[in-house]
Amino acid sequence: MIDPARIRNFAIIAHIDHGKSTLADRLIEACGGLEKRQMQAQVLDSMEIERERGITIKAQTVRLEYKARDGKTYVLNLMDTPGHVDFAYEVSRSLAACEGSLLVVDATQGVEAQTLANAYKAIESNHEIVPVLNKIDLPAADADRTKAQIDEVIGLDASDAVPISAKTGMGVPEVLEALVTRLPPPKGDAAAPLKALLIDSWYDAYLGVVVLFRVFDGVIRKGMRVRMMEGGSVHQIDRLGVFTPKMVMQDELGPGEVGFLTASIKEVAETKIGDTLTDERRPAAAPLPGFQPSVPVVFCGLFPTDAANFADLRESLGKLRLNDASFQFEPETSAALGFGFRCGFLGLLHLEIIRERLVREFDLDLIATAPSVIYRVALRTGKEVEVHNPVDMPDPTVIERIDEPWIEATIMVPDGYLGQVLKLCEEKRGEQVNLTYTGNRVMVVYRLPLNEVVFDFYDRLKSASRGYASFDYHVIEYRPGDLVKLTIMVNGEPVDALAAIVHRGRAEQRGRQLCERLKDLIPRQLFRIAIQAAIGGRVIARETVSAMRKDVLAKCYGGDVSRKRKLLEKQKAGKKRMRQVGNVDIPQEAFLAALKMGEE
Amino acid sequence: MPDVPLGRRAAPAVSEAPAGGFGVYVHWPFCASKCPYCDFNSHVRESVDQAAWHRALLAEIDHFAARYFAPEARPEVGSIFFGGGTPSRMAPETVAAVIARIGARFPLAPDVEITLEANPTSTEAAKLRAFRAAGVNRLSLGVQALNDAALRFLGRQHDAREALQALDLARRVFTRVSLDLIYAYPGQSAASWRDELARALELGLDHLSLYQLTIEENTGFHGAVRRGAFTPMDDDRQADLYELTQEITAAAGLPAYEISNHARPGEACRHNLVYWRTGAYLGLGPGAHGRIAAGGERLASQQVRSPEAWAAQVAREGHGTLSVTPLGATEVAQEFLMMGLRLAEGVDLARLRALAGDAAVLDPQALSRLRAAGFLALTDERLTVTPAGRPLLNRLLAELLL
Repeated sequence: MIDPARIRNFAIIAHIDHGKSTLADRLIEACGGLEKRQMQAQVLDSMEIERERGITIKAQTVRLEYKARDGKTYVLNLMDTPGHVDFAYEVSRSLAACEGSLLVVDATQGVEAQTLANAYKAIESNHEIVPVLNKIDLPAADADRTKAQIDEVIGLDASDAVPISAKTGMGVPEVLEALVTRLPPPKGDAAAPLKALLIDSWYDAYLGVVVLFRVFDGVIRKGMRVRMMEGGSVHQIDRLGVFTPKMVMQDELGPGEVGFLTASIKEVAETKIGDTLTDERRPAAAPLPGFQPSVPVVFCGLFPTDAANFADLRESLGKLRLNDASFQFEPETSAALGFGFRCGFLGLLHLEIIRERLVREFDLDLIATAPSVIYRVALRTGKEVEVHNPVDMPDPTVIERIDEPWIEATIMVPDGYLGQVLKLCEEKRGEQVNLTYTGNRVMVVYRLPLNEVVFDFYDRLKSASRGYASFDYHVIEYRPGDLVKLTIMVNGEPVDALAAIVHRGRAEQRGRQLCERLKDLIPRQLFRIAIQAAIGGRVIARETVSAMRKDVLAKCYGGDVSRKRKLLEKQKAGKKRMRQVGNVDIPQEAFLAALKMGEE
Repeated sequence: MPDVPLGRRAAPAVSEAPAGGFGVYVHWPFCASKCPYCDFNSHVRESVDQAAWHRALLAEIDHFAARYFAPEARPEVGSIFFGGGTPSRMAPETVAAVIARIGARFPLAPDVEITLEANPTSTEAAKLRAFRAAGVNRLSLGVQALNDAALRFLGRQHDAREALQALDLARRVFTRVSLDLIYAYPGQSAASWRDELARALELGLDHLSLYQLTIEENTGFHGAVRRGAFTPMDDDRQADLYELTQEITAAAGLPAYEISNHARPGEACRHNLVYWRTGAYLGLGPGAHGRIAAGGERLASQQVRSPEAWAAQVAREGHGTLSVTPLGATEVAQEFLMMGLRLAEGVDLARLRALAGDAAVLDPQALSRLRAAGFLALTDERLTVTPAGRPLLNRLLAELLL
């Protein structure tokens, strides 16, 4: 057990790509956690996608031993935090386990949307915050301007921000020293009944479920039977330890310490993030303040392009879910796309990550339907239903009101692109809340319907600002919306996979676009094909694919038979890859492109 | 009716002709130049050792007869077809020897049809009488167009005047002459095709093959289209010209009996009917394909494609066969439909059932859907593609076949 006075628990928070993971690597290296030859760039980002995208998805922790300039050795527990908007909730729970934060800001870029969002979360968590100016070695770095921004935009005193280069290691000793001198040590009573916060859990193929926790009061010991105060289950600890980042076993951990345990827990679902672990024999009177569970806000259907891969998809989703309880799925059947799953995600990026992992790690070919949010639909009967699949939207005649989720979005943008960004926000039914200049950058706060944001907002924002705008959001409320279900019909048959819930003012344009796009994508067939967009029973847009008139071989003699039979086989195989809606064969590419339309 | 009485000496015993007929195809792979639309197995060579090719073709006839047919069970040959390439560049003696050797190994039908494809150039026209003397009784003349601009575009060696002269001579030598035309090339107007077709019909021939230009892979045109040198006529305009062609030829008494072939009643090319009716045929010469009925099975034969490699193999092994593969019932039934539905007469359902056996070949839902749409017609005996369905045959087959 370590004297809490010698412990510092801290998180590193930053906007994406501002150097959080690189700094973490340097700190680990400086404290000898791993020898240089063992260092793999960004050790904390363990998943392939995390490393590739530079995004941390799962919180990780490392215990470092640092010999400070006062001659004493301190234990520094570094909590890594996810760096993206969708994982805001995971950031909060990592922060709850620490007393302070390093706020890393790229001095060549300045304060970005997630710098702000994460800094506010740290402030809410009563953190002592040490600003760190990264990439100070680059010619484009502007320390003074960045300090001024931290001061003006976040309201943090940045006068003694630590200038560093995580890449070269410059300034890293000063960061370590600041952790010891500027962050408070954890408080806690080793004699009190055990109270440990469940920070995270994941499934490990060898160890089963691994639980990451932080001790607030009392002592946790190997062999102890711990109770989940909220979940109610009791487990006997069979492994207890810390990450250095290697797993190092311990017999006990006291107040302020961060560690892991395994206790023959079969499923991640048994371990609720934010729950309090206590000693079964001597339980604490009250749990620590917990968290609301993270709930999916964005939904889409995932379908295997080859129906034969349905079972593979189910198995793969199950495996992903083992490690990611925030992600949900249930079977869905689409007339157009066959058997698949309706999946719920924390946000668009979360959706993208899951989809990419299915493709990459599980080698699956997928069609994803357009993302949808959760609508609260008040019916004339007084009942209220939640709808996250446009197909499930009740008939308009029985609907009293549809409420949709709204978000508050913070956008940081260089002033040269402000006009474009404001235009986009207005077009997306946004309401301006705030607009603040800081140097040549502007912080814009807007309230927007999430429905508009999941459609094509990210990509539009990126192109409107040439990639210089940064964005963060959180869901704030539900508001009544003038929403309609847009149905796409092919020869009178609705194509369920292309149904969407859209604002009435957008429906016509969107319907027209979809019809035009489909017209180009659906190959001519033996019959004329009518493509229609409709709201309720009213057709608002129509296109026609005229009937094919000629498809025949001019010559077919004795020498051609074998070759042409093979050609025919190919044509038949191609037809099998098509999806039938009514009598019409729709190539998969048409669905993909139509569903992608919003992204262009 | 054969122009030249054929010897019946020592005719082998006749076995029953296979359903759909029995014919022999002889491939002559050489051309004076390669036409940019042609993806047939044709080659340009400085010189050809006519004697060696003569020997090789005879060897293949001997080989096929001995290998696949018992001496007492040789089917009667209803047709022989010299195709290419440009078989009018063959030595007439070779043509005569091939015909004679086929007649020595197989019984020949009294009215055996012997067709030779010819180019309408003056050099080849000069040999027409010799071909007739060799036993050829039907000439298929590759005129391709009756206007010089189109002939130049198609890369032909002759002009329209030369072609008409050759045709004139051909008709004096042969009672049965057919003419090939290519249409639906880029820029061709309906009016100019109507005019060209009218001129062809005025000639009073009994048979016309009218092919829409198809851009095949590995041809000069394919490369030209890829380079953007020209754009093929779009499908709708091709369909318009196809319809126009059907109207005009039918009115002139030469309705289509097959997708691209028109004849007065009784004047259809019997040899090609063997293919379309799933008859049996020997394929001799480089790259030739055959379908042989042997031991209750239908065999697909294929000869070595390269002329030199084929000739070398024949010299070495007595035949140039690359492969002989038995076809399964499904494959045979598919071929039967694929070929038979090209014909205006359609296919015989009893024969289809016999060929397919237990294999399910047709999709009943597609069948009823396509009938309802007017693309197919079905009686108790026959399935046919309607005139409306004919230009869509590929698509119909893709829907219809399981």
